[in-house]
Amino acid sequence: MKRSISFKLNDKAVSVNVHGDEPLLTVIRTYLDQTGTKYGCGLGDCGACTVLIDKEPLRACMVSVEDIEGKEILTIEGLSTNGSLHPIQKAFINHDALQCGFCTPGMIMNAYGLLLNDKDLTRENIIDGMEDNLCRCGSYNRIVDAIQTAAEEMNEKI
Amino acid sequence: MKSNKITELYFSDVDHPIRYDRREFIKKLGGGIIVIFSLGELSMLQGWSQNDTEEMVDFNAFLRVKEDGRVDCYTGKIEMGQGVITSLAQALAEELEVPINSVDMIMGDTDLCPYDAGTWGSLTTRFADPVLRAAAAEAREILIELASKKLEIQHESLEASNGTVFVKGDNKLSVTYAELTKGKKIVRSLKNKPLIKNFKDFDIIGKSVISLDAEAKVTGSANYSGDIKLPGMVYATIVRPPAYGSKKIHVDTSGLDVFDGVEMVEDGNLVAVVHPDPEIANKAAKKVKIKWEEPKAKADNETIFEYFEKNITQNKVFEEGGSLNEGKEASKILIEENYHDGYKAHASIETHTATCYFEDDKLIMWASTQTPFGTREELAKTFDMPLEKVHIKQIFLGGGFGGKIYNRQAVEAAKIAKVIGKPVQLAWSRREEFMYDMFRPAALVKATSGVDDNGKLKLWNFDIYCAGTRGTKLFYDIPNNRTRIFNDRDIHPFGTGAWRAPGNNSTTFARESHIDATAHAAKIDPLEFRLNNMKDESMSATLKLAAKTFGWDRKKPEGHGYGIALGADAGTLVAMIAEVHVDRKTGVVQPIKVVCAQDMGQVVNPHGATVQTEGGITMGLGYSLYEDIEFDWGRVKSRNFKNYTITKFSSTPKIECVFIDKMDSKPQGGGEPAIVCVGGAIANAVFDACGARVNRMPVTPKRILEALQNK
Repeated sequence: MKRSISFKLNDKAVSVNVHGDEPLLTVIRTYLDQTGTKYGCGLGDCGACTVLIDKEPLRACMVSVEDIEGKEILTIEGLSTNGSLHPIQKAFINHDALQCGFCTPGMIMNAYGLLLNDKDLTRENIIDGMEDNLCRCGSYNRIVDAIQTAAEEMNEKI
Repeated sequence: MKSNKITELYFSDVDHPIRYDRREFIKKLGGGIIVIFSLGELSMLQGWSQNDTEEMVDFNAFLRVKEDGRVDCYTGKIEMGQGVITSLAQALAEELEVPINSVDMIMGDTDLCPYDAGTWGSLTTRFADPVLRAAAAEAREILIELASKKLEIQHESLEASNGTVFVKGDNKLSVTYAELTKGKKIVRSLKNKPLIKNFKDFDIIGKSVISLDAEAKVTGSANYSGDIKLPGMVYATIVRPPAYGSKKIHVDTSGLDVFDGVEMVEDGNLVAVVHPDPEIANKAAKKVKIKWEEPKAKADNETIFEYFEKNITQNKVFEEGGSLNEGKEASKILIEENYHDGYKAHASIETHTATCYFEDDKLIMWASTQTPFGTREELAKTFDMPLEKVHIKQIFLGGGFGGKIYNRQAVEAAKIAKVIGKPVQLAWSRREEFMYDMFRPAALVKATSGVDDNGKLKLWNFDIYCAGTRGTKLFYDIPNNRTRIFNDRDIHPFGTGAWRAPGNNSTTFARESHIDATAHAAKIDPLEFRLNNMKDESMSATLKLAAKTFGWDRKKPEGHGYGIALGADAGTLVAMIAEVHVDRKTGVVQPIKVVCAQDMGQVVNPHGATVQTEGGITMGLGYSLYEDIEFDWGRVKSRNFKNYTITKFSSTPKIECVFIDKMDSKPQGGGEPAIVCVGGAIANAVFDACGARVNRMPVTPKRILEALQNK
């Protein structure tokens, strides 16, 4: 039996008619057409599908849609405001912290989650917090640099 | 496409292009000035050879200066993270004298772009780049010619800059490219080819340019094949056997009755379930029960090397000099070792994906493919359709590394779409990806070396099983040598193919480990030993640059070791030095630093080349230290990232890339070369750190501890 589940996606209220056990990843990508979030493994091993759920970075492939009733989901599409890029997006561009770009939305959302929860990230904290996001093209060092730059910029604003 | 030969791909393996009817081609474009460039007799490459007839011509490059002055660059190459979307635009902008941000790249669209055999072998910068530059130079001259007529000033007095033709010495009198192209549709090709620029006059080539596609990729707006959604589209899930190469015996679909709207496709061994909701397609596929007949198991990941040796006896001599017997006699020390390398997965984060539909007699597809034109050909053959009825569209790839040269998913998706009569999306699961990946083959190398009293190499006997000869031509000076290749491409339990510089990874590991072992046996510093035995001066210069950058003589902290590896790939010479820390108790290796010096000729985008090199090294650490496909014949056991570890954030060392300054020479390959040296540099550094000589990749803690025990 299908039922309606409501939550906020990138600041907009949405409802989906679902069984409940569908992974959030399919809900976002297929039912709601927000394809920035990627499928990489479906097992929570690679981090390509990372989104923020109530400001916590989680793997959308491992979360059932019934568990997000009433919650706030932020995906890569919701990160820039009024067409201007978020400091972390800018930092990824300036450090060229990406190649094929497929892991990038997950990397950025995971990094954003880290930054929200800890403003004074050291290089070691960043590596630790990003460890389970995989990049096959090998942009790790640039990603760490980008997150450090973004952290500095976000701290300056406060 | 000779897909099976790609493991040994070099220039001569690139197929002839398919002829294209120019008239049909041009009709599809809008106004402006279209310049077509054919490589003609300049062809360096068999596959780019030219047909002279006017109507049927093989376009090597073309571009269109549009009526608004912007430039469309059409290339059959694709972008998979290697950055040619930026470096090709850079080359075009340089010659055409336009700002780089006014160039739009149209890539890998089979209806719009000139034929291209595929994006592989680090060929783009070596071959597409010069052709594109020539086309752009031609376009520039045509624009100056048009300006000459319009301004009534002779050609010689004009020059182009920043998308505008100026009168030399008089900046006020000028005409923009947009003004010259407005309202026109001119298709041109010059009889007298203009020269391309001298490197001394470069404004854009050689400058570091940040990737042009970065913004699309950080906002999630960059589209990949699985991001395409078509009206009425269904999602397909294929029911796979437990072992590669199984044959279908019986299908039981009785479990499907509980699902509404599910459709089944059965075509030979292909059994698929489709539904407008991918979750239902997935669930339903699990209810289809198939009885499979598995191929008989012949070897597993431990016994495969023995199996190769026993079953491959046919061989070919690749290189030979002097006499092995004389070499043996002249040597004071002889070293004989076997080197092993397991199967490796490409493990792109994007799995193989295709979205397609049939419309009337046409098939339209977006596919994660490194070979759009090869895919078109494969599909046309599969469905007995004319080539021009298949259209592969431009799309980003989420990594390729050679794995997306093969297009099984494209054929599967199209077969399903044909039967169902609806648009279909097929995205392989990670589990499927780890079965149908076309792995880099396992390899065995048997090496014997001999060195005399003066530390000179006198003997080199190198037998390669299943890794090919790419990059194995000796750059060391060894008078008595023989390199043989033992290969049987049908010997593997599953599909194998190209993997970022294919077998050169396995053979470079073997050669550089063996050179290192020989140096140590002769009690000579490995850097000094290599320089004393070098034939190729450019390689010596590259090694010296690496040693200087790394600081070969600096003091090692406790538990740290340094290792060198040299390699040649895709025209580029590589010298790599790695520093690692080895925990003697656990055998765990922590990469600390990697320095990579390269002689890659002209470096078009130093920043892009650096990013590619860093990427190659980072990826290479995976095959060196962690990656290994475990299997019992066709039953692949490594089916996800939990049991197939790739390099992660914490295992990435500091990386420093340096290039030999050769701006006056031809550009060489950049996407692959660096990766070939990682295995050797790491294994040699591990030996230096703790005395464990591990001759089998990956160099795991278990193997290190075993080597320490057996010392």
